[in-house]
Amino acid sequence: MVLIGDLTIQGVQMLLVLLLAPLFTGFVRKVKARLLRRRGPPLIQPYFDLVRLMRKDVVLADSASWLFRVIPYLVFAATWVAASLVPTFRTGLLFSWSADLIAIAALLGSGRFFLALAGLDVGTSFGGIGSSREVMIASLAEPAMIMIVFTLALIAGSTQLSTMSAFMASPAVGLRVSLALALIALIMVAIAENNRIPIDNPATHLELTMVHEAMVLEYSGRHLALIELASWLKLVLYVSLIACLFAPWGIESSGAALPALALGIAAYIAKLAVGGVLLALFETSIAKMRVFRVPEFLGAALMLGLLATLLRFVSGSF
Amino acid sequence: MMLSVALVCAAALLALAVLAVLLARAPYVGRLIYAACMIVTAVSLAAALTHLLATRVPEALTLPVGLPWLGAHLRLDALSAFFLAVVDLGAMTASLFAIGYGEHESAPERVVPFFPAFLAGMTLVVLADDAFTFLLSWEFMSLTSWALVISHHRVPENVRAGYIYLLMASFGTLALLLAFGLLAGSDGLYTFAQMRAAHPAAATDALVLLLVLIGAGSKAGLVPLHVWLPLAHPAAPSHVSALMSGVMTKVAVYGFVRIVFDLAGAPSWWWSIVILTVAGITTVMGVLYALMQHDLKRLLAYHTVENIGIIFIGLGLALAFKSQGMLFAAALALTAALLHVFNHSLFKSLLFFGAGAVLTTTGERDMEHLGGLIHRMPQTAFVFLIGCAAISALPPLNGFVSEWLTFQAILLSPQLPSWGLKLLVPAIGALLALSAALAVACFVKAYGITFLGGPRTRAAETASETDWFSRMAMMVLASLCLLAGILPGLFIDALAPISSFLIGESMPTQVGAQWLSIVPIAESRSSYDGLLVFLFMALSGTLAAFVIHRLASDRLRRAPAWDCGYPDAGVVTQYSATSFAQPIRRVFGTVVFRARETVEMAPPDDTRPARLTVELHDPIWEWIYAPLAGAIGVVADRLNHLQFLTIRQFLTLVFCTLVVLLLVLALWS
Repeated sequence: MVLIGDLTIQGVQMLLVLLLAPLFTGFVRKVKARLLRRRGPPLIQPYFDLVRLMRKDVVLADSASWLFRVIPYLVFAATWVAASLVPTFRTGLLFSWSADLIAIAALLGSGRFFLALAGLDVGTSFGGIGSSREVMIASLAEPAMIMIVFTLALIAGSTQLSTMSAFMASPAVGLRVSLALALIALIMVAIAENNRIPIDNPATHLELTMVHEAMVLEYSGRHLALIELASWLKLVLYVSLIACLFAPWGIESSGAALPALALGIAAYIAKLAVGGVLLALFETSIAKMRVFRVPEFLGAALMLGLLATLLRFVSGSF
Repeated sequence: MMLSVALVCAAALLALAVLAVLLARAPYVGRLIYAACMIVTAVSLAAALTHLLATRVPEALTLPVGLPWLGAHLRLDALSAFFLAVVDLGAMTASLFAIGYGEHESAPERVVPFFPAFLAGMTLVVLADDAFTFLLSWEFMSLTSWALVISHHRVPENVRAGYIYLLMASFGTLALLLAFGLLAGSDGLYTFAQMRAAHPAAATDALVLLLVLIGAGSKAGLVPLHVWLPLAHPAAPSHVSALMSGVMTKVAVYGFVRIVFDLAGAPSWWWSIVILTVAGITTVMGVLYALMQHDLKRLLAYHTVENIGIIFIGLGLALAFKSQGMLFAAALALTAALLHVFNHSLFKSLLFFGAGAVLTTTGERDMEHLGGLIHRMPQTAFVFLIGCAAISALPPLNGFVSEWLTFQAILLSPQLPSWGLKLLVPAIGALLALSAALAVACFVKAYGITFLGGPRTRAAETASETDWFSRMAMMVLASLCLLAGILPGLFIDALAPISSFLIGESMPTQVGAQWLSIVPIAESRSSYDGLLVFLFMALSGTLAAFVIHRLASDRLRRAPAWDCGYPDAGVVTQYSATSFAQPIRRVFGTVVFRARETVEMAPPDDTRPARLTVELHDPIWEWIYAPLAGAIGVVADRLNHLQFLTIRQFLTLVFCTLVVLLLVLALWS
């Protein structure tokens, strides 16, 4: 009985992130448009896009291999699994112990590995440039992420997200320098990993700084739909991650009482909304960076993460 | 019993080597010898596994060969059984691969006899139980592999590789010889049992550590002693490259573990500082070197350097924890290192086999001349992809598990009391994370340029799938990569007797954990379940495919590539290995390799093409080896006149040397 309840909650979490991901992207786009005094597309436009893409034929390049056709499913699966293991409205999910934060970061790394291969598969220079820049960005963003994980794991005494989130919600955590550093670094990494401004522009591939959109240029139809959905899921994953670690309020820790869970979901949606507004504000107020300024940006994130970890190693009180 | 089986197998391998010499000209001798090697190593593997998993009682044996007062001491315990299993698994798959691959060999009589001899050498190293047998087998292993490296001796590059390998190997053996000399003391206690019982002074132990680090480290490929490795490993035929990279470097790790963890006394805390620093530098330098290569086999060889660094990070952490009495954490770090030994032997052999398969069908090792092989070698491409994903530490494959365990060990280290370690370990963690991310870039490049895109040359265009034996060997390794990734608990449990033997503590039994997950410390702290992650990914991917194909659309049509409306003129405009690495070269290479790119544009009235020249400097070679070689040259010039002394002067010289040596001996004892 308990198992069925837990299974349901895990299922709800998987569906919740999947269903909210397009809405969140639509919301961010809407807020950005309003900030620029445009009306913007409707909030649910991403759902329409998905349905339209899925119903269309796939136009596959002549030189594409079987790997090119499998990769959208692999990327989607890796991202979805990662996203369903980050606590959103309730910690202690049934399968939360199957992958800790390091494994979640590595799962996203798997998605990126295959996407970068897809960029090289057709053999066009657009795809190549996207892949080669993506792996350069990842080569700095991933170690920064691991450093952040180290800091948080040393504070919470665990790499298990549920335990970490519960610890962060407890009064034992207090205000710490290392936490502040980790938060800044995590935001920087999240911006880079999701290809947002100032690292990359999610709205276009026709720019000399193209990364993600150039890499997936040859995809069409249902394949493109899955890749888009995966990138939206990834954005939600990072916002949920920041929320569950740095704003763990309202996350239900145990029990399956419906009102509590509803409250948790409401709190989660509120947090997403705040995150979306902040992201839109940030993106409209900053200019895109030249691609070789990105290493400096991410190098700063890595250094902040390393500093935070060092502080934790040196003394438990920072 | 199992020890005798392993010894009989080693003897059988030596006999096969002799047989190969006798039958050198006979047809099918290569296939016959390789098949026999496969059977013999399979038997030996079974013996090693039986010992590791079932009997677990150390067995010892003394044979009346070798030095008359010493004999040859041999022993099979958990540590040697594990490494014997690694050697035999690698040897078995390499033999299987070679049954097919060896057919393409231009001069089989230069390869076939040395192959079983090389296998016998490696087997005997891990079984040796006295310094004399160990060093003798070690040298035998080095020399036979050297002969294999220069089997294609008409290529000048290979001869140079062989020369540098020979120099570094003898230097390494010299260091090991001195280390054993110090351990044996002036009484000449050459058996390992006597060394274990002796308690040398702390200073002697420290010197032993440094010598072993040089001796075993040069064979394993620790920076800056790695220079021979990227030259020699690719020069050998591919099945031998796989053995050298995947297995022989592990035998070197065995030598290090055996001496430092087992024979030398209790470790001091600063040993781990030395090891961790070297290992951290090795890890990042190895992968950066690999990223700069466009020769597929050389890229793989440089990447071995990175993985050796990861293994030594685990070993260094284990020493640090052991020296502070944190035995549980030491067991975790040691298990992580040993698991990575096993994992790396799997995927590095697999990748070298793949490179060999590409080499036989296209005749090319240079990635800039390959491309699009996934269409013509689909099965090789599939298993090579698994190898790439595993070595890039992607879940749910096996490389991730050992890196994850290493990270867990790092997270235990704030409890270390020493300040040096407190400051060093986070930096090592950052280097490890950096190298893991760079490894992903490296293997996206290796796979993407070689197997994806369009064929860049005629040879790549007319490539065909490799033979059945080679594919079988690669598939066996790829399945093991997946198995070790989704059921890591089984493999961790198999390593438990080693850490109980070396550390006195072992990780908790993993097989009992729910859903076969691995829980290094406690479930609330960290756990990982490869099986569930794999099932989840498979399920959600299949579900997505099913839903979309059923409810939306499953139509597909082919068209020319879109490429924003400007399709490329031809395959030459594709991204190449050099251009793929350009961003990373610019970010890291400008500092590490002083990388410089110059573009030569032809003037407007000239029809010559524009040229891009990339200039890289190898810091290790230029700052360490070139000055060293220069210094040796100068000294040799100065000492040249010693060749032309009179007989009286020679005798005086000999006498003085003798007196000095006797004095040293007198003072020492």
